[in-house]
Amino acid sequence: MRRFVIGSARSLIERSRQNYQSQRPLISSSYRLLSSTPAADSPSSSSSTMAPPVALNTINPKVIECEYAVRGEIVTLAQKLQEEIKTKPDAHPFEEILYCNIGNPQSLGQHPITFFREVLALCDHPTILDKSETQGLFSADSIERAWKILDQIPGRATGAYSHSQGIKGLRDTIAAGIEARDGFPADPNDIFLTDGASPAVHMMMQLLIRSEKDGILCPIPQYPLYSASIALHGGTLVPYYLDEATGWGLEVSELKKQLETSRSKGITVRALVVINPGNPTGQVLAEENQKAIVEFCKQEGLVLLADEVYQENVYVPEKKFHSFKKVSRSMGYGEKDLSLVSFQSVSKGYYGECGKRGGYMEVTGFGADVREQIYKVASVNLCSNISGQILASLVMSPPKVGDESYESYSAERDGILSSLARRAKTLEDAFNNLEGVTCNKAEGAMYLFPRIDLPEKAIKAAEAEKKAPDAYYCQRLLTATGIVVVPGSGFGQVPGTWHFRCTILPQEEKIPAIVTRLTDFHKSFMDEFRG
Amino acid sequence: MGLKALDYETLNENVKKVQYAVRGELYLRASELQKEGKKIIFTNVGNPHALGQKPLTFPRQVVALCQAPFLLDDPNVGLLFPADAIARAKHYLSLTSGGLGAYSDSRGIPGVRKEVAEFIERRDGYPSDPELIFLTDGASKGVMQILNCIIRGEGDGILVPVPQYPLYSATISLLGGSLVPYYLEETANWGLDVNNLRESVAQARFKGITVRAMVIINPGNPTGQCLSEANLREIINFCYQENLVLLGDEVYQQNIYQDERPFISARKVLMDMGPPVSKEVQLVSFHTVSKGYWGECGQRGGYFEMTNLPPQTVDEIYKIASIALSPNVPAQIFMGLMVNPLKPGDISYEQFVRESQGILESLRRRARIMTDGFNSCKNVVCNFTEGAMYSFPQIRLPPKAIEAAKQAGKVPDVFYCLKLLEATGISTVPGSGFGQKEGVFHLRTTILPAEEDMPAIMSSFKKFNDEFMDQYEDNWNRSRM
Repeated sequence: MRRFVIGSARSLIERSRQNYQSQRPLISSSYRLLSSTPAADSPSSSSSTMAPPVALNTINPKVIECEYAVRGEIVTLAQKLQEEIKTKPDAHPFEEILYCNIGNPQSLGQHPITFFREVLALCDHPTILDKSETQGLFSADSIERAWKILDQIPGRATGAYSHSQGIKGLRDTIAAGIEARDGFPADPNDIFLTDGASPAVHMMMQLLIRSEKDGILCPIPQYPLYSASIALHGGTLVPYYLDEATGWGLEVSELKKQLETSRSKGITVRALVVINPGNPTGQVLAEENQKAIVEFCKQEGLVLLADEVYQENVYVPEKKFHSFKKVSRSMGYGEKDLSLVSFQSVSKGYYGECGKRGGYMEVTGFGADVREQIYKVASVNLCSNISGQILASLVMSPPKVGDESYESYSAERDGILSSLARRAKTLEDAFNNLEGVTCNKAEGAMYLFPRIDLPEKAIKAAEAEKKAPDAYYCQRLLTATGIVVVPGSGFGQVPGTWHFRCTILPQEEKIPAIVTRLTDFHKSFMDEFRG
Repeated sequence: MGLKALDYETLNENVKKVQYAVRGELYLRASELQKEGKKIIFTNVGNPHALGQKPLTFPRQVVALCQAPFLLDDPNVGLLFPADAIARAKHYLSLTSGGLGAYSDSRGIPGVRKEVAEFIERRDGYPSDPELIFLTDGASKGVMQILNCIIRGEGDGILVPVPQYPLYSATISLLGGSLVPYYLEETANWGLDVNNLRESVAQARFKGITVRAMVIINPGNPTGQCLSEANLREIINFCYQENLVLLGDEVYQQNIYQDERPFISARKVLMDMGPPVSKEVQLVSFHTVSKGYWGECGQRGGYFEMTNLPPQTVDEIYKIASIALSPNVPAQIFMGLMVNPLKPGDISYEQFVRESQGILESLRRRARIMTDGFNSCKNVVCNFTEGAMYSFPQIRLPPKAIEAAKQAGKVPDVFYCLKLLEATGISTVPGSGFGQKEGVFHLRTTILPAEEDMPAIMSSFKKFNDEFMDQYEDNWNRSRM
């Protein structure tokens, strides 16, 4: 079974392991070498007992091993170029850096939903709720909602640590929202509010992974939170390949094959991660597909980890989002049949509130003793941030028809979603028009993941610079145009294929310029390297 | 089909080993009783706003404006918000890259980190580098991140004070490391004796453990003691000699209730000591918006500052931080406001000072009321709360009480605290949750209940305690007759 390591740091890991073993515990009469060496990132000899305790060769090797390309090397370079432009505007052939590497809508000009921000502002500063001037500055229903939320918080204290699963009243609201979405009930006690979906993913990895013999099935390509988290917790990533030729289709036969292969190598596969809509791939699963996946998890005794943070980002009329909870309940499967953890976030959708760090996981199909352990781990961090909790409840119960803010809310929402759909199409077409590039449709999420057929000459040039070919392409793209994308190797891909992930988030008026610059760059790149 | 996908038996063992008493058995029981209608006074966690402390007005005004920046365009905004709050909101919004809703730099907004560095420099008299300051979702997350870097396996030991705030024991358990305890001296005001340290390290090494780091909590939690400058020098020298990274949990640095030992940061003492020590000893210092007189626990705002860590290590820590994308932005603004407070002449300055002083002076009074109250109780001895937010009285349980606890299948201090809870509604945390010497029992309570409620709470406690002691001592006396 392939041990999946993105950006191999194997030799470094080996060296640090050797040093760990060679370090002898100091005897109490030890003395300090006065001529101590500075930071050691090279393997030290037997005098390693005197290396500073937190140097590269003595820190947790799992930290060294894990990678997270979304904010990796290319972004560091972009920030450097950005600084250079600030001091010398003519330093580069572009005026600004366009960050298309990260799903961070509001950093690129997307506006927050007014109603949500009204409620949050009032909850942050409830003193003004009693003032008459407030009526003139805030919508009536936002004031009403703020009162309702504050009444659910003991002492109306938004600055106090809450229950470790999150404020009960807010969980009630979220549970009701889940029920309204799915048509099946949700229990507020199954909900754990977290600082974004990512910490919830980490919690589950921590629970599931006992050693490197525990494997987690992950899609390739995947959002590298999963590979990083598995590495950090010392587990093994078991890859299953999405099929590019069929719009990134997920075949249960592929799941079965990978499961069997890893089991034959002594790996206990514990869970299956499904990202729906997909990241970076953008596909929205068909319901039949989802049923097969549920069946597979039930039969094989796997926890289904359903990353559904893009549930409100669907751009094609022929597909709809169905939560795995809904699908499994509609199959007649309940608590006894399937262990399912569903993740949701306030960072995506049409609200794009990344900086708030709000999200939750809904945990179903676990015994009470396991749930106690989940609660216990959550309690060590006390609770997630209250403002994020409030926002999660707003996302799951937005204004309804008849509410004062409904019209402006729905106009804002529809404006953002339709714009995202347009941008997805425009960029998809632009990529498909490039020589040697094919790009699957973004049915959902916020990304395009085009595939480039890099000429041999380009691959050699990359090798000469000790870079992965797609990283080389992305770096050349950045230095020529200021556009920042993430190399496909950061997400995983079939060996020998090259991709990059580009967000659809720059504001619509910037898109034509981006398309032009990209097209021009690609043409000159191909001119340079065409065989 | 065999075992289910996630059964208790197949859970990560490290998770099962974790204990975090602050929200453990006592808290759960108190919550149950509350649901049944009993009035509970939660003194189990340092959570000031939950006990009636009001948030400071100015930061809430600023953050509310940042949440809803369209207010800034409204001509009537001045009716609800003072001009300096409006200006400050604009300032912080300009530091973000897209307002509160955008992921910031994974280390935190550069402009806020600069304000933190300036605060540290003003406080200590030594320059601080914003590049070595990382903002986090609360200080606890920062502690977990740093310990995650240090701990490779159970062969790595972390020196932790006993009693300690159980974040440390829980995190070390989760990460599969070893906790190396060093005992604070209750009879010497919870003082730290370097000989105890040496002893602990020697014992650990004898067992084959590599001691990697030393945690100090200053002011202490649950013990409240404030370390003297001499003590800090000893500790730093010790870390220098023994090659340990010093982890300075300084979240209570604004909670000081005596004047003999004001707060001095570990970093200041380190720098004062000059080379080679000041250049060699690795230090990570932690701070938060949750304590002090701000008490903004629910925001989850904190930072850590790294000193003398090699650049490559800093890069690795940055890499891990980037997986979590960014700390929450509203809390970063709270942090900026906390380290960059109002100045004389600012419109809101006087109100801010009045609110702050009010809280701090009241905390000082409550620290005294509680200590004296406990000391007036039978079989209870309590060191003065020099700092932080807690009182940690020693409860001298009579042998019969200990026996009764055993019969009930409970640790003695848990038994006592449960009885206290059921009788009075006061929810505390048993000392066993923090660690204590064998056979010595404590409980931790906070000094946070409102000042006007304090006399009633202390007399309610005294009534319960003295009756409890009479009950179990009488039995004892009778059996001796």
